Amino acid sequence: MCECCVSNEKDIYLPQPATITKRRMLNGTELFLHLELDGGKELEYMPGQFVEVSLAGIGEAPISISSSPTQKGLELVIRNVGTLTRAIHKLQVGDKLGVRGPYGSTYPVEQAKGKDLVFICGGIGLVPQRSFIRYVLDHRDSYGKVTVLIGTKCFEMRLFREELAMWEERRDMRVMETIDEAHDCWSGNVGVVTTLIPKIEKDLPGSLVSICGPPVMYKFVLMALAEVDVPQDSTFVNLERKMKCGVGKCGHCQINQYYVCQEGPVFRYSDLAHVPEAI
Amino acid sequence: MSVSTVSKDQFKQFVEALIRSDQRVVGVQQRNDRFVFDDLATADALRLDYDVTILSPRKYILPQKEPLLQFAAGESYTPVHEGAPMVLLGVHPYDMASINQMDQLFSQDEYDSHYMNRRQHITVIACDVVTPSENVFAASMGTATVEKGYDMLLTDIGDAYVVQAATDKGKALTNLMPQARPASEADLDKCRAVQEQNQQKLNQHVLECKPSYLPKLLEKNYEHPVWEEKARLCYSCGSCNQVCPTCYCFDVQDEVNWDLKSGTRYRAWDGCLLEDFATVAGDHNFRKNRSDRFRHRLYRKGKYVPGKIDGQIACVGCGRCITACTSNIANPVDVYNQLMKRTDIG
Repeated sequence: MCECCVSNEKDIYLPQPATITKRRMLNGTELFLHLELDGGKELEYMPGQFVEVSLAGIGEAPISISSSPTQKGLELVIRNVGTLTRAIHKLQVGDKLGVRGPYGSTYPVEQAKGKDLVFICGGIGLVPQRSFIRYVLDHRDSYGKVTVLIGTKCFEMRLFREELAMWEERRDMRVMETIDEAHDCWSGNVGVVTTLIPKIEKDLPGSLVSICGPPVMYKFVLMALAEVDVPQDSTFVNLERKMKCGVGKCGHCQINQYYVCQEGPVFRYSDLAHVPEAI
Repeated sequence: MSVSTVSKDQFKQFVEALIRSDQRVVGVQQRNDRFVFDDLATADALRLDYDVTILSPRKYILPQKEPLLQFAAGESYTPVHEGAPMVLLGVHPYDMASINQMDQLFSQDEYDSHYMNRRQHITVIACDVVTPSENVFAASMGTATVEKGYDMLLTDIGDAYVVQAATDKGKALTNLMPQARPASEADLDKCRAVQEQNQQKLNQHVLECKPSYLPKLLEKNYEHPVWEEKARLCYSCGSCNQVCPTCYCFDVQDEVNWDLKSGTRYRAWDGCLLEDFATVAGDHNFRKNRSDRFRHRLYRKGKYVPGKIDGQIACVGCGRCITACTSNIANPVDVYNQLMKRTDIG
């Protein structure tokens, strides 16, 4: 190894250390983290982008940003689903993580100005959408009507319950929730998220619609939107892929010719509708 | 460009001098009945008349496993840049073409300092092909000869080599060839004849269209029976990826030291034919079917990567995948020609 060869170019794989300042479980599997970058720096990101989160010795994974750049720090929600995320779940306030990014495309926050907005979220699809929603709420006058549809598999898995209760009380937005399986403690809607769509049908055609959820959800939601003639170019999807580098090199996140880490994760549906591997 | 001629005896002395220098020298050598790139101990071991190597020189440009970072407790990371000077001796034109593509892919857009640092410390001595391999089709891909990327190019003209020093690094090496004489017109004629013959000869499988047509051909044939017909026999072993000089996909893994705190983050070759290449946490696989993965590889070579590098086709016709494939389904020419049969050239 030769020290003289270290290039002056920045290292695209080098994480920055960040410290956990808040942590709480949102449900049985989802951990909420508030992070601050060491040295008091702010990560300059926009809603829709993601970071590579790293734990030395365990590995790295792409994680959506759930906070809005209008607030301080960085908020992530991490599902306990693999080796890295299991290790992250054991971390406490004051512990450190590595963060690289932000990477990827952003939600159309500028294009959406003046428009009515509909957010359709399935399960942890609420996590990245929350970044866009909070951004909109922090610039409330710049946007039209705001409707948030949230579908969750079961009562226990609902995310951000206190925050949703606050959103529900606001008069300048409409929040509708449903759970797939009925529950004794739940008096609200029961059924998949598409069952909420008829309730807002008349608002849909002129709105900008942003969808995020598990792969299986997209087709059903897109079909329901097509029925009420929501144009494909005002529909946005946020897609998940395996990623190793986050910078368009490692090849894992490709959807046909598209690199999700660079051209995504947020795509305009009309740009992707002809791409067979998208879902 | 300075062009000279050295006799084969003089060339052997040059290689000996190179081996004695402070650079690492890697050259093509015989192993049983096949050839490999490996550290060169003597000039006699060098076999510039080889047909094809098992693995391409990619293993030195983008090693199978290479450290990216070292880490210590407290999420403190330090970049690792490996890049000791090395001479790669005996790179065939099709492999040179693949290196040129990787150079572009790793430097454009997001600059990969690990790749580029290593690359900048490598001096490439390319050589025109003497013996065509059983599966080479470089002539079909336009890579039977190559015009750039190398520091020095050797062409075997019988009892001597014509030596073209293309860069300062290449010219510096000619200092180790004191007996070289300027190439005569006759030498240059022989050199051109070798190259012209290779543009015909290196064609064991003949692509029935121009390579530049491949992106369009593929665009029209996403749904084609050939994907399923071939992939039905695929073992998802990834051999085609491993031997391919243009495959550069990688995995990233951490290895922890004995103290359980410090360690190294590596990248290692990966392959899109392997079953879990596109599997995310929760076990959702975005390319679950073998035919999806099989198609992805050929689309990457013929359409996706070309879209990133000005239309250059990311198959250089080395034929290694054809030789490596247990099921005999990997031949890109066979697949592309089958697509041609049922497609109008517009």
